[in-house]
Amino acid sequence: MTVDHAAAAERGFLAEARRPGPFGWIFSTDHKRIGLLYLWSIVTFFCVGALLGLLIRLELWAPGRTIMDAQTYNAVFTLHGVIMIFLFIIPGIPAAFGNLVMPIQIGARDVAFPRLNLLSWWLYIGGAALAVTSLFTGGGPPDTGWTFYVPFSARTTTNVSLATVAVFILGFSSILTGLNFVTTIHRLRAEGMTWTRLPLFTWSLYATAWIQILATPVLGITVALLFAERVIGTGLFDPAQGGDPIMFQHLFWIYSHPAVYIMVLPGMGVVSDIIPVFARKPAFGYKAIVVSSLAIAFAGSLVWAHHMYTSGMSDLAVMVFSLLTFIVAIPSAVKVFNWLATLYQGSILLDPPLLFALSFILLFTIGGLTGLVLGAAATDVHVHDTYFVVGHFHFTMFGGTGMAFFAAMHYWLPKFYGRMYDKTVATVAWGVIFTGFCILYLSMKIVGMMGMPRRYWDYVPEFTGLNQLATAGSWILGIGLVLMFVNLVRGVLYGKPAPANPWGGATLEWQLPSPPPTENFAHDPVVTHGPYDFRKAGIL
Amino acid sequence: MSENQEHAHIVPYRTFFLVWVALLALTAITVAVAQVNLGPLNVWAALGIATVKSTLVVAYFMHMKYEARLFKLALLAALAILAIFIGMTFLDVLYRS
Repeated sequence: MTVDHAAAAERGFLAEARRPGPFGWIFSTDHKRIGLLYLWSIVTFFCVGALLGLLIRLELWAPGRTIMDAQTYNAVFTLHGVIMIFLFIIPGIPAAFGNLVMPIQIGARDVAFPRLNLLSWWLYIGGAALAVTSLFTGGGPPDTGWTFYVPFSARTTTNVSLATVAVFILGFSSILTGLNFVTTIHRLRAEGMTWTRLPLFTWSLYATAWIQILATPVLGITVALLFAERVIGTGLFDPAQGGDPIMFQHLFWIYSHPAVYIMVLPGMGVVSDIIPVFARKPAFGYKAIVVSSLAIAFAGSLVWAHHMYTSGMSDLAVMVFSLLTFIVAIPSAVKVFNWLATLYQGSILLDPPLLFALSFILLFTIGGLTGLVLGAAATDVHVHDTYFVVGHFHFTMFGGTGMAFFAAMHYWLPKFYGRMYDKTVATVAWGVIFTGFCILYLSMKIVGMMGMPRRYWDYVPEFTGLNQLATAGSWILGIGLVLMFVNLVRGVLYGKPAPANPWGGATLEWQLPSPPPTENFAHDPVVTHGPYDFRKAGIL
Repeated sequence: MSENQEHAHIVPYRTFFLVWVALLALTAITVAVAQVNLGPLNVWAALGIATVKSTLVVAYFMHMKYEARLFKLALLAALAILAIFIGMTFLDVLYRS
């Protein structure tokens, strides 16, 4: 018995369920269990989305039909977009790692509203189930692209109506998480955890949570209006009835552009937390990073119409939104320079989390700078809706947030499972992923510059070479992803025991045993130093 | 200590009655103004009166006047953000060629 108890204590929250079997997970209000529920649901959807991406690339191996017809292709890229945006990248880091790590980082025993937290996971799963149902019911899988632009989305006979309901529900899941995080960070910080001692990951979640609360309702309104347009023919977006189709684009992007920052800000937070640890130096310009997170959240909410330069909106709006877009580049660059300055003259340990974090900086910077090509109205007109755009946003979203998500998995999973993955395999997997990534998406950028439009099933023969290069890159990327996930899952299940603080971090989560006990802290901690003060934490 | 959630603030009937009368009067003014052709100003007049009316409803009938400052700030912030979103959308709608 004693041995059993000791073994259970070693497995922390993983061994302490209030209900038997799976019920101990799906009805748990423990933020760590909910975080892991989110993590594995999100990873599952990512794998499905990635598989669809591989199918898209396979179809584009040669002009004309390769493996699927045009209508199937439209459904596949729509599904790839909807899954990757709404089921992977928006909830990705905040819902999975925010839930796992944030309450511990601020010295709390749980989030402010644990039951609401569980509800938001259920809403996520419910929304996902509806999205999957929409594929097999009604008029078949939606074929509009993830943006649901009218007039096509109002007229297509495919099952757009159910998909919009799914998005509506997923939006609520996101709002509830945001609400929970803002309240938690305001109310549940431990003694001594002042705002300037808040880890940068938690700061990024705080900035993100405000966008989730303020912008997501607009998405709900937009898809509800589209639903009404389809079901009762309100005519709001139909010029024949006095409506305005461009208004849909405004409404859609009022949410969906800030959503880009919901996607990337937590990724920036992960990188800001990882770099000081592996450089063995305090974060350079802590306050500048905090302010830049808030500035990105604010300024990023006012640039939505840069997606619409060719839509026919007024020239004045084009100029104003183009100018505002350039402003967002400033706080983003502040972060990049701060990360580099943190690395400068550090004692750098090239462990897998840092490798992924470093590739975030490079790939996100390339993605961000190509974003300025699109943010400038004059150049955007030439590359709008080409593969250049597809290359650009995969660099920011996958090269940015995706890499940060992988960095977070390599950084924090040993903490929450108490087991370490094989670092050599992880490093090899990183190399393969990085190589495949660059081949795939750089080819897309070049073929886009040459004029290949996005979302087309067919293309002219001149583009064949670069498309085949991209498809080959997608295979390399796919192999790297399989290697990485297999290694992580093997590590979680059979890896060597991980110590409490394998990387030498100074934030609170590293002071708990791996895995942490159910309510985290036996006694409420008192915080006496900053998050990257390695000397005071006794690490240096 | 300011008025907080624990003590429901008791508002005299007289106040509610006066607000109701004011709302009726503003409705009458809305109808009256709509009869006069002021060009684009008609829209602004209607929006202005509607703003005053909704402020009265939120302040008195919905008790916002008696709530803590944080709630007032939260409401104002949400309204300000809505105004910014709508205002910036009008950069397009008002200036289309």
